[in-house]
Amino acid sequence: MLILSRKTNQKIRINDDIEITIIDVRGDQVKIGITAPRSVKVFREEVYIGIQRENEAASKSTVPKSLPALPFR
Amino acid sequence: MEIKTKALGVISIEREQIITLERGFFGFPKYHQFALIDAEQKPFVYIQSLEEQNLSFIAIDPFLFRYDYELDIEDAILSEIGVESAADVLVFALVTIPSEGTPITANLQGPLIINKKNRQAMQAVINDPQWKTKHDILAEMNTRENTSC
Repeated sequence: MLILSRKTNQKIRINDDIEITIIDVRGDQVKIGITAPRSVKVFREEVYIGIQRENEAASKSTVPKSLPALPFR
Repeated sequence: MEIKTKALGVISIEREQIITLERGFFGFPKYHQFALIDAEQKPFVYIQSLEEQNLSFIAIDPFLFRYDYELDIEDAILSEIGVESAADVLVFALVTIPSEGTPITANLQGPLIINKKNRQAMQAVINDPQWKTKHDILAEMNTRENTSC
């Protein structure tokens, strides 16, 4: 793991095409700007962990004797 | 071919029912091959691992209970599974049924995207905060019916 310090408005570059800018720092909140190609997936870690947890729960779903009938028309 | 399933025991399936997730589902990166099997009760579908009998998900077509569901996924990401046009795409939401039986929820934040043409698939991440990992299927379906009256 690379650990480094940046000041407001300073940037980090990853490869040739990903740029991370520290926009603002207030107390324990950091505002970050990310410029990356459209093919790069960028999302908050909680989102990833949330989906992982939900998959875990989904895989443990207790399947009732028969699945409930949904009133679809 | 015959496969062993968690919910239905040994059953016979066609090759066309098999999908491949190169990266697997989030949290289950080791499992790549799954079969789509109609559940006993429509419109649920089982997504059964071919590599692990005890790994099985239940899924639903998300548009059935949320007509307003929208996915905005970059073409560059969809090209990972060879999608060339929106018509190639089949979308499922994974369903969670808690041991108490209710509420039955669907994950609209991490939909399963299938390319119908080559049966390659991926679990996407939707960044729109409107779509969450737990949408109460029955409650939201009722809301839709109430508002449409």
